[in-house]
Amino acid sequence: MKTERITALPDRVGLETLKGLAYLGGLARLAGESAYITFIGPFRGQRLRPQRAFHQGMAVGVQAIPIVSLISFFVGLIIALQSAYELRRLGAVQFVADTVAISIVRELGPLITAIIVIGRSGSAFAAEIGTMKVTEEVDALKTLAIRPVAFLVAPKFLAMLVMVPCLTIWADALGVLGGCLFGVGAANFTFVSYLQATRDALVLRDITTGLAKSALFALVITVVGCQEGFSTGAGAEEVGRSTTSAVVTSIFLVILVDLVFTALFYATNLG
Amino acid sequence: MNESADASPAISVKNLRVSYGEREILHGISFDVHRGETLVILGGSGSGKSTLLRTLVGLEKPVGGEVWIKGVNIAQVSEDELDEIRKKMGVSFQGGALFGSMTVGDNVALPLREHTSLEESTIEIMVRIKLEQVGLASFEDFMPSELSGGMTKRAAVARALAMDPEILFFDEPSAGLDPIIAAGIDELILDLKKAYAISMVIVTHELASAFLIADRMMLIDRGDIIAIGSKAEIAASTDPRVRQFLDRVPEPQVEDELNYLQMLTGDRKSAR
Repeated sequence: MKTERITALPDRVGLETLKGLAYLGGLARLAGESAYITFIGPFRGQRLRPQRAFHQGMAVGVQAIPIVSLISFFVGLIIALQSAYELRRLGAVQFVADTVAISIVRELGPLITAIIVIGRSGSAFAAEIGTMKVTEEVDALKTLAIRPVAFLVAPKFLAMLVMVPCLTIWADALGVLGGCLFGVGAANFTFVSYLQATRDALVLRDITTGLAKSALFALVITVVGCQEGFSTGAGAEEVGRSTTSAVVTSIFLVILVDLVFTALFYATNLG
Repeated sequence: MNESADASPAISVKNLRVSYGEREILHGISFDVHRGETLVILGGSGSGKSTLLRTLVGLEKPVGGEVWIKGVNIAQVSEDELDEIRKKMGVSFQGGALFGSMTVGDNVALPLREHTSLEESTIEIMVRIKLEQVGLASFEDFMPSELSGGMTKRAAVARALAMDPEILFFDEPSAGLDPIIAAGIDELILDLKKAYAISMVIVTHELASAFLIADRMMLIDRGDIIAIGSKAEIAASTDPRVRQFLDRVPEPQVEDELNYLQMLTGDRKSAR
């Protein structure tokens, strides 16, 4: 009995690690299959279903513009206020523009956009596919000789890969504008001088690393949302569980990917 | 057409064993579905009939045995080859399983749009023909949520018929329907029998429907076939398990008066 209790904890750790690795393996498989269908399939004679991708793009991207605009604007303003709080003690308030620019374009633009997209679209993917699983619609697709991944996941994959970077650029612009509001209002900038300071602070690498991260975030969000949907069990409670799990897991993996690639860019001077 | 007198069965099942994890659901069953016949699979809850249907359409992979459809053992075939077979099969699921985000017309048109390169106008005409056949003419623009239970089933049948299948599968076609609507579905199945030379496999537990639409019937109980034969043979069967199912005899209740009193009056936690 005593030995069982001692080995119980390592057993749990081992089991959870294996389950986690299996989960990541499933995600990688789904990502690989979607990427194959989206990028290689058309050259092998498979359909691409552009209409479905377009429809998803509207839901994922265009309809998110209002909320992304507001949130990025506020975040830009918040960063400006927080950095100015410290910078003015050093008499360096004019660096607010630089701080906002670098923070938003390299980090917060992609990350906040990803989190908004998780809340809007990651949950929607899981709920949609989860409900279809419960109502046997996924089985119906298979019996109609239509592959569920090609029909349900690939259009979302393509739409997200296009829309999330676009939303990120838009979020970057609005974040800078948020900082601009502070700069013009409380730091003796003019609209033009603030934008010039922003432009001077940024290097192309800042923008490209931000966009690279946003593309990776898009991949993670799509794959987690769809995988959770496909692994939904029976019943409404299961759909709720898998939707919650999709959001929480997406947030965690997005931040993890963010950490890995930010460190990578830092260490290799690629970004 | 060189299939003159093709007497080979539409479906041939040999020693089929299917398990969910550790639990074996089907214990090595064998049967044939002849071309053009309507086979009704009867069984109680938990008998394995739904598992059997899912295996026949390729949604479950068996752990043993063979399922021969169109000269291919679908138990050991690639997904691509299975898809080719599926294009010649139609499945009507228990709840209809219509795609809720599309209209009825788009539901029926989906396999045509995906697997053929027909013109949109041709597809539209074919959709109208199929819907008219199931009695849903002019319902193309309705959403599935706007349909009643019986109409949903009919739409599901129309979608199963879209690619002119050789084998039709029905999972509990009258489940959840009132007797009048259920009779309508039976009528529909009989009409399809008359109109086409399709083989049909129907899983149900409704006896009245079964005797109306079947050519042959097969009873499954706890993963084994306990009877298979024509309607007349099954109706005249003297096997006690078959008779219990046909005569609607419930499982016998073993009354133990002492245990009953114990249950009513004893402590919850005491284990006497």
